[in-house]
Amino acid sequence: MADWPLYEVFVRSKHGLNHKHVGSVHAADAEMAMENARDLYTRRSEGVSIWVVPSSAITASSPDEKEILFDPSDDKVYRHASFYKLPDEVGHM
Amino acid sequence: MYAQLVETGAKRVKSLEEMSPEEREFQLKIDAETKIEAKNWMPEGYRKTLVRQISQHAHSEVVGMLPEGNWITRAPTLKRKLQLMAKIQDEAGHGLYLYSAMETLGADRDEEIDKLHEGKVKYSSIFNYPTLSWADMGTVGWLVDGAAIVNQVVLQRTSYGPYSRAMIRICKEESFHQRQGYQILLDLMREGTEEQKQMVQDSINRFWWPSLMMFGPSDDQSPNSQQSMAWKIKRKSNDELRQMFIDQTVPQLEFLGCTAPDPDLKWNEERGHYDFGEIDWQEFYDVLKGNGPCNKERVETRKNAIDGGAWVREAAKAYAEKQQQKQQNAA
Repeated sequence: MADWPLYEVFVRSKHGLNHKHVGSVHAADAEMAMENARDLYTRRSEGVSIWVVPSSAITASSPDEKEILFDPSDDKVYRHASFYKLPDEVGHM
Repeated sequence: MYAQLVETGAKRVKSLEEMSPEEREFQLKIDAETKIEAKNWMPEGYRKTLVRQISQHAHSEVVGMLPEGNWITRAPTLKRKLQLMAKIQDEAGHGLYLYSAMETLGADRDEEIDKLHEGKVKYSSIFNYPTLSWADMGTVGWLVDGAAIVNQVVLQRTSYGPYSRAMIRICKEESFHQRQGYQILLDLMREGTEEQKQMVQDSINRFWWPSLMMFGPSDDQSPNSQQSMAWKIKRKSNDELRQMFIDQTVPQLEFLGCTAPDPDLKWNEERGHYDFGEIDWQEFYDVLKGNGPCNKERVETRKNAIDGGAWVREAAKAYAEKQQQKQQNAA
């Protein structure tokens, strides 16, 4: 199996939703990865569309960089609607 | 439980003060119920324990196909045959989810499978018992998958993200297994002949104790539990899980009109639980050591399947390379 590359599998569960990572499969090529993903992750109509992506093609953020990447947005409360208080008279906005 | 006696390498659980800063940060995350992901720092013992547990769990799913595979060609009706095949295909799938989760820890799937074939790693003791009658397909689904569910429902909250997510998928599928098993037994008990009813009772007699053994040794004989629980790899103790299983299973047993081969099994009003007799631990350790009725046969069958399929894997790889070459030439 180690000879066969690893593919990450993403499944769209319903029309209108985004693809979501569900796991991985080993396969000799993309076509086989698709077939394996179908058999493994959609045996009970869990999906309407599948993506398979070679794991080696994914660039992931590193946990060590968590602060550098995500902290800057923590102090920008004005980006959220709840920051802006409206008088009750204005009603729903 | 699909993983029994998982070694943690820890003699005792370290206190927060004794830990290195990294270990302490890790433990605090665990205590706060933050899931650990593949790229997070983790103590080597945590990683090793998880690899051992997940690989043992995966091997159990895969070897677990064999006792049922025995009955595919002998299922009494086409409907039963289809159900059985669907269940067995699920077990293969569960094995694959788990191997994937294990690989996120840097473990190599082939190496772990080799260890299984060399007898260096275990799989659940339950799959070393033979399936002698059709009623066993019912009993295995009801009791064996039932015991697995009790364990796996709790493992959905295990601290390692990929393992937890695999467990959630598995639990969704597992209840079909238990129901189809129970239905096989119900049909035999309701509509079967006297002999068929006896076949059910005989099957329960053979699988009752081995199913209880699935949860592993009792808590005072389970030296690794404490560390596993501190790391929240394990969420409930072996004895707790066993008691949960018994409490939920006995009413189902009575509904079938069958009995358990345990004269000490009775409701304890004071405890609010069923009391039960002493498990034959010698049998448990014997089977785990490789001396059960089917240990040799199971491992040989798995090894033959992998060895016999080698040419298919090689051919698929050669084909993929050829296709890739063709595409490159055409471009």
